[in-house]
Amino acid sequence: MTTTTTAALVPLLPFLGAVGGILAGRRAPGLVRPLALLPTAVAAVLAVVVAWQQGGGRALDASTRLTPTGSVPVDLALHLDGFAVLVAVLVGVVATCVQLYSTAYLRDDPRYPSYAALVSLFTSAMLLVVYSGDLMVLLVGWEVMGICSYFLVGHYWETEAARAASLKAFLVTKLGDVPFLIGVFALADDAGTFRIDGIVRTAASGDLSHPTLTALLLLAGVAGKSAQFPLHTWLPDAMAGPTPVSALIHAATMVAAGVYLVARLLPVFAASTAALAVLAAMAAVTMVGSAVAALAQDDIKRVLAYSTVGQLGYMTGALAVGDRGAAVFHLVSHGAFKALLFLGAGVVIHAAGTNSLAATARMGGLAKRVPDAFWTMTVALLALAAIPPFSGFFSKEAVLGAAEHAAQGEADGIPGAVGWTVLVAGLLTALLTAAYATRLWLLAFRGSGQEAADHGRQPAAMTSVLWVLFVPTVALGLAAWKLPDWFDGGSLTPTLTTSLLSTGCALAGVLVVTAAWRRTAALTARTPLGAVAADPEEAPAVSEEEAIATHEAAYGSVSGAQDPADPGRLLLGPLHRHAAAGFHLDAVVHAVAVRPARGAARLARFLDREVVETYVRGAASAPGLLGAAVRRAQTGNTQTYLSVLFAGSVVLAVAAVLVASGA
Amino acid sequence: MHLIYPAILAALLFCTGLYGVLARRNAILVLMSVELMLNAVNLNLVAFDVWLRDELHAGQALTLFTIAIAAAEIGIGLAIVLLVHRNRGTADLDRLRDLREDETTDGTTGATDREQKAEAAS
Repeated sequence: MTTTTTAALVPLLPFLGAVGGILAGRRAPGLVRPLALLPTAVAAVLAVVVAWQQGGGRALDASTRLTPTGSVPVDLALHLDGFAVLVAVLVGVVATCVQLYSTAYLRDDPRYPSYAALVSLFTSAMLLVVYSGDLMVLLVGWEVMGICSYFLVGHYWETEAARAASLKAFLVTKLGDVPFLIGVFALADDAGTFRIDGIVRTAASGDLSHPTLTALLLLAGVAGKSAQFPLHTWLPDAMAGPTPVSALIHAATMVAAGVYLVARLLPVFAASTAALAVLAAMAAVTMVGSAVAALAQDDIKRVLAYSTVGQLGYMTGALAVGDRGAAVFHLVSHGAFKALLFLGAGVVIHAAGTNSLAATARMGGLAKRVPDAFWTMTVALLALAAIPPFSGFFSKEAVLGAAEHAAQGEADGIPGAVGWTVLVAGLLTALLTAAYATRLWLLAFRGSGQEAADHGRQPAAMTSVLWVLFVPTVALGLAAWKLPDWFDGGSLTPTLTTSLLSTGCALAGVLVVTAAWRRTAALTARTPLGAVAADPEEAPAVSEEEAIATHEAAYGSVSGAQDPADPGRLLLGPLHRHAAAGFHLDAVVHAVAVRPARGAARLARFLDREVVETYVRGAASAPGLLGAAVRRAQTGNTQTYLSVLFAGSVVLAVAAVLVASGA
Repeated sequence: MHLIYPAILAALLFCTGLYGVLARRNAILVLMSVELMLNAVNLNLVAFDVWLRDELHAGQALTLFTIAIAAAEIGIGLAIVLLVHRNRGTADLDRLRDLREDETTDGTTGATDREQKAEAAS
């Protein structure tokens, strides 16, 4: 098999798996699990084979034109370069892990067949996005991912939160996708093709007619998909979906698609300094804001969701300083350790019977109950906090190194201010990231109080996956020396200055939170808090669904908790309340968008009901009234009718005579 | 004979018939008045036919038609009146007012009316 054929099979296999899973769902329930697992696993292996054959050499392009469209042609094109093949390996591996994990996590779920099929379909769409060399084909995958995300976030549709979150995720990402589509058309108009290599060539030669406008339009779609400020609000709410979905879609892959797209189209963005400045500002605001918000969240998955938003901010920051190697490096390493964190969080939620950190802080010995999750998550949190020598340290260093490079004015066409913005925000976020990672770890695993209930060993399908993802979390950092060959060739190895600075920031964050926790931990015993849904016999998803459904009732809000023993509350002080609510961005959106829309809807309803319908009703009732008046003449007396008839004939006759005589 | 005599006679006959149709209450008398009006027309037809000296005598031919049709009409008319009288016990036009528009446009009364009529017909 040639590399191209293998690459074409990679997105095709999960798609066939999805179709088969849907068809087999009712008729052959025994086939559902193999159909979910095998195509994805084979696709992952094939993605590795493609990566091996491609080997980071010259980009492979293959295309076939299905049908002429008349104007700008649409090709089924593959574009295999170092970025594409490596991201595809990440997607394949994480999707396989998630499918395996789901077999245990949703083992008794009646909707498991459709769930598994949607995850397969999603995997296929993401692989299509990664390999596609044509923006239109990429857009197909992009939208299929969106709709899969909608369905999967709403998997627990019995709970209000899940229904609302799925709608919100869909609408907010669509809000970005509309400008994105216009941007794609603008690009195609300038370049005369939807092929990415053609567009990149056009952009590199400076032939774009409106580079800033086009880049900003594309940026809207990227902000929606990759959950960047101000379109990030859907991601924390999307945590109402099942944990494996959060791990696959809302941590490792789909949200990274926006970053990946900018990486592919970087010359378009580099053609406009203003777009890069906007990208940098967006990244900086996203990074710092989400990190502060993460420090105030109570739901363990929402902490991780805000963390994802922040780490995606690092990636866009790296793109803003023009280093897509660093961005994709961070994308891959973040994908691995964040998927691990989410899957570990699923184990913790099952074992603890709650998703609330306030409740786990009052639970002793949780770490002993789930040793696999404890050890792997500890390392993954260290990677998230960028503590050497784990993978997160190296990839974050690559980003910060690129930012420092740009800040020194050594990068072509990137203003120093952009570099400084990303660098300062990145260092500040490094501190905050370490702080919330430490808080998560302390509250989840170092709680004191009543012993956690023993629910027996976690299923092997769930724990083994954690150890699979543990390997890249620990060792991917070593790739920093190897990856430049696959990417653009820029150095990704840590530099001394930024390493010292960021590690210092991270350690400071860890120490501050630990000190705060020592002061507040004593309070846990004094203020009892927490609701635990114990379903040791059921599938883990049941505990999670109950935890999501009861969180608002038990703790007062979906995001925060009234917990005085929270070190985040002590550190943030009066800011805590606002950070827990995501800085009230939802309220702002409500005031700016939702309320005017509702008002407009009311106006439209008024105009329709009271104005337009009045004419319609009038058209019916006026003849009705006339008819009623005429009906009165029907007395039933024949002689009356005849009299009127006679009178009429006389009148007519007189008239006829008068007309005839010419009077 | 001058045309004026049959014309006046026809007019008188027609007016008598018209008065009978519009004013009499008994259905049979109304039918008879209709015959009077028809005969007034016949008289006119014949008179004008003679006065115009029509070669084909279209007026007289038409009169024969009218008489035949009037005979058929009065036959059917009398049969209807006879049936109405048998069913209702009256042939009084003022009281045969089932087709009048009710003051209330309520569907239920209309339905009961129809039921009564159905009973009466059976």
